[in-house]
Amino acid sequence: MAVIRDKMPAFQLFQPASTGEALGVLDQYGADAWVLAGGLDSWDWFKDRVKKPAAVVDLGGIESLRSIRSFGGTVEIGAMATLREVVRNPDVSSQFSLLVEATELAASPQIRNQGTIGGNIGQDTRCWYYRDGWSCYRAGGNICYADTPTAMNREHAILGASRCVAVNPSDTAPALVALDAEMVVENSGGQRVIPAQDFFIGPAIDIMRMTVLQPGDILTSIRIPSTWAGQRFYFEKSRDRAVWDFPLANVASAARITNGVIEDIRIVANGVAPYPVRFTAAEDAVRGEAVSDETAERAGEIAIRGVRPLAHNGYKVALLRNLVKRSVRGAEA
Amino acid sequence: MEIFQWDTNPWGQETLIRISWDLLYLFFWAGIAFIVFHVLYAAVWLPRLAREAANGGGGEAAAGIPEKIERHTLAARLFHWVMAAAMLALLVTGFFPIIGIQFAWVTIHWIAGVVLTISIIYHVIHASFYLDFWSIWLLPADLAEAAQRVKRQLGGSGGGVQRHAKYPLDHKLYHTAVMLAGLAVIGTGLVMMFRIENPLVTSNAYLLAEETWGLMYALHGLGAVLFVMLTLTHIYFAVRPDKFWLTKSMIFGSVDREQYLAHHDPSRWVVSEKPAASQEPAKN
Repeated sequence: MAVIRDKMPAFQLFQPASTGEALGVLDQYGADAWVLAGGLDSWDWFKDRVKKPAAVVDLGGIESLRSIRSFGGTVEIGAMATLREVVRNPDVSSQFSLLVEATELAASPQIRNQGTIGGNIGQDTRCWYYRDGWSCYRAGGNICYADTPTAMNREHAILGASRCVAVNPSDTAPALVALDAEMVVENSGGQRVIPAQDFFIGPAIDIMRMTVLQPGDILTSIRIPSTWAGQRFYFEKSRDRAVWDFPLANVASAARITNGVIEDIRIVANGVAPYPVRFTAAEDAVRGEAVSDETAERAGEIAIRGVRPLAHNGYKVALLRNLVKRSVRGAEA
Repeated sequence: MEIFQWDTNPWGQETLIRISWDLLYLFFWAGIAFIVFHVLYAAVWLPRLAREAANGGGGEAAAGIPEKIERHTLAARLFHWVMAAAMLALLVTGFFPIIGIQFAWVTIHWIAGVVLTISIIYHVIHASFYLDFWSIWLLPADLAEAAQRVKRQLGGSGGGVQRHAKYPLDHKLYHTAVMLAGLAVIGTGLVMMFRIENPLVTSNAYLLAEETWGLMYALHGLGAVLFVMLTLTHIYFAVRPDKFWLTKSMIFGSVDREQYLAHHDPSRWVVSEKPAASQEPAKN
């Protein structure tokens, strides 16, 4: 059981000044190392004494991971750029307002000052059974306490679950998938670039991770290509508390619209599945169609095909349908 | 090395979760060790035994023995290959994610498990009513034969060691091991269907008590890691040149008269004079 204490378990703290130095420490400690970004997710884990790493590698001192730069139309955001820095960056805000909206809604101003874009997309699920230290599937056990007949699962998944029904709580993740971003990941073996859509994984693939990041990996930056720059964007987040909360569901869409006709579109939702879900069938159905209530309605209906609500989250079906519908119709409607 | 994984449940009790994956590596390397041992044994020891056997046995008249002798009916072969495909799919989907090759394995795994279960049910019915049911089972007489063979292996007299009936002793032993491991994985696997999303049963994590679930997972794991060793050794024997005639019989159905006479005792595996294609069901 998680018991919140004032003191965290002891660990070795490393504050490297370069990515290479950080990778060296991660290599040395392997699965016993923890990568610390803004700390908003990490400190909870440590103070709850659920995660007890032997070494914590604080990336806060690596300046190169904080920069936001543009080249050839692509915007590259360092993984350690704070949410505030992302929101205030002129290149991001002028071309990818979708990400700005999602980032602003992710957290309160205080948290946006401390939290990083890398931390926001790499954060762990908020399922309370898991975070309280119960030995569930995600923690290495063989049961999902949230998917039992008496479970409290109002915030859990209606799509994409496989044994574990926890959801991905990130607001920036669906925006990045909608923008067709790429994640740059480094480890001691080199660098790899992973499409955002493939960066997030569900429990069917690995029940103990939410992203492809393995021990020894560092997410160094996020590249947003110019493909969707300046197009019509839509982001909406539904949550219990308007001031700040994790999403019950959110939706992000990027659409290329000419003379009222949807030439191309990407629709992604989060908070409804263990990973940001892209609704390709709904996208296919509305591509080439005029922006209208009927088109939007159709997309919404297609998006909820195959949902499996749990005992207490049936409301998410209607919520998801309406969010997708609105994301197709657009903010102007 | 640990044998089981334990965890603390919400009530603070230590509960069994599953086997330790150390056992996967243990059984894998045990299989490899057996293969290495057998390669050496076959190179050094078997030729000497073969020379002794050549002095004392064989020479039966080929008269009355057809040129091709059916060893496995088409139905039996189909079962074997369906079961083999299902088993390989189960091993790959079950263990590759554990060794670090990640993919969406659960759906393929349970579907392969259902295919395996159906094929085994078919096999039990087929073997019970259409084949010589007892020919593959270890019987009391096999124990005496086993003792004689061990004695011969250890340098004792080979006198009295009969050639094989339809299925050699090692095949019977293997079948018994596969049956036991198969019962473990299929029985527990069917119950574990209640822990996953599938269209056949409604998932219910409270179907069994927590300790019982742990036992299910542990038995499933034990059977599965045993299958790793059994599959490795089975494939090894299937590709050995001196055993390849048996592998061919599992593909084409029959063995040659020479192989039959060299390896089997015609009085213990009686075949008719009819050509293979029109034989009575071969009672295998």
